[in-house]
Amino acid sequence: MAPPANRRSGFSRRAQYSTFLSYTAGAVAVVVGLVLLALSIVSPGAFASVRSAAADVTAPAGDAAAVSRSFGRHTVDSITGFFTSGREHARLKRELAEAKVRLVEAEATAAENRRLKKLLGLKGTGSAPVAFARLTRSTSASARRFAIVNAGRNDGLAKGMPVRSSDGLIGRILETGASSARVLLITDTESLVPVRRATDGVPAFAQGNGDGTIRIRLINLGINPLKNGDVMVSSGSGGLYRPGTPMAIVTKILRDGATARVLANPSDTDFVMVEHTWAPKETPPPASPKSGGR
Amino acid sequence: MPMLSRGGGPARRSINRAPSPLIALALPWLTIFLGSLLPGWVLIASAPVLPPVGFLLFLSWRQLRPGLLPIWSGLPLGLFDDLFSGQPFGAAVLLWSLAAIVLELVEARVPWRSFFTEWLVAIGLIVAYIVMGLALANLAGAGAHIGIILPQIVISILSYPLVGRLVAVVDRFRLTPFMAV
Repeated sequence: MAPPANRRSGFSRRAQYSTFLSYTAGAVAVVVGLVLLALSIVSPGAFASVRSAAADVTAPAGDAAAVSRSFGRHTVDSITGFFTSGREHARLKRELAEAKVRLVEAEATAAENRRLKKLLGLKGTGSAPVAFARLTRSTSASARRFAIVNAGRNDGLAKGMPVRSSDGLIGRILETGASSARVLLITDTESLVPVRRATDGVPAFAQGNGDGTIRIRLINLGINPLKNGDVMVSSGSGGLYRPGTPMAIVTKILRDGATARVLANPSDTDFVMVEHTWAPKETPPPASPKSGGR
Repeated sequence: MPMLSRGGGPARRSINRAPSPLIALALPWLTIFLGSLLPGWVLIASAPVLPPVGFLLFLSWRQLRPGLLPIWSGLPLGLFDDLFSGQPFGAAVLLWSLAAIVLELVEARVPWRSFFTEWLVAIGLIVAYIVMGLALANLAGAGAHIGIILPQIVISILSYPLVGRLVAVVDRFRLTPFMAV
């Protein structure tokens, strides 16, 4: 393609000046970018209010996107379900029969649990969720893993509240706007969640890798007790995440820990639940099974 | 029935007509704003998998119509992208402005262009943009490994010609003469 002819300034002083000015303006834009970047690196929360306001403004479009995403997913599920329904139906019948027996057992365990807790004088740790919301948007073109939920300060959300779906932990609230909030997903590299193995309470930290997997780092080094298929749940240390929230399943053993897959894939969830920050109001008794083996 | 007669060719229909100056000026900016918003809406991703559509549109517009977007356009467009991208605030302002200056210099040095030279220049800028975006995010507190952006780089490079086609379609619409003069 031939170069556009009108781009040469030639001998015209006016054209030369305007070329010079446009380059100067470009350099000024670079300097402004550097200053903004330095500010946001020095104090990461500096632009939180601007970002939240922008998220509030685009919330309706995000809601529509969330609805259409979930519609598309359900349509695909319905079509694939049409082909596998017979097999699925038989399998579900079998599992239902099994689950009914398990349910009766679980009810008995729950009753016993209540009785023992009353005996110990422990308060129930369950509390009502703060809000139910949709994940409307995420930063899918960035190396950071953030998402936006369509509930904000007006719904009682505050910084640090854990966010979970029915499958497990999703993340925690980072910035709140009036009607939307930014969530730090557990797969982000800055997210650090104290966890324990669901079966015996081996303590560890779970840090995001940034690519959808989670790095489990054991606290007690030595022989690595983890095995493939172990489920890690949040331990509640630090008082942020409610203990016992399912989080990740171990897929690959490493020397000092493991790589794990998250249980609650944020792209598969329709609604998420925002919970209160779990901070024990009183010091638990020393032998409490809820203290996560720490 | 003049509305239903399709006999006149493009020349007949465009006679005494001019493109709307508002649309001709605003459409590139609007498409780039929309492109900055789009990847977030498509899916709730667990890894950086979608191309930075806003940046690809920005490059495409500047390559298709050099001089239509001024060199400083990286400032307002990047500010908007920073609001939604999740990168540390200011990263897009810096990188988009640098990209605009580099493109301007390349165009002054290599005025004769073809599809492959333009794609090659764009590939260089896209790879630099994504790698530097990761570096800036890591500087601001993340600790991500460089391996996580490789899929995004490949997807961005391959989708760039498609973005270019889209920009060409929008450009045709932008210059459609439909206002009576």
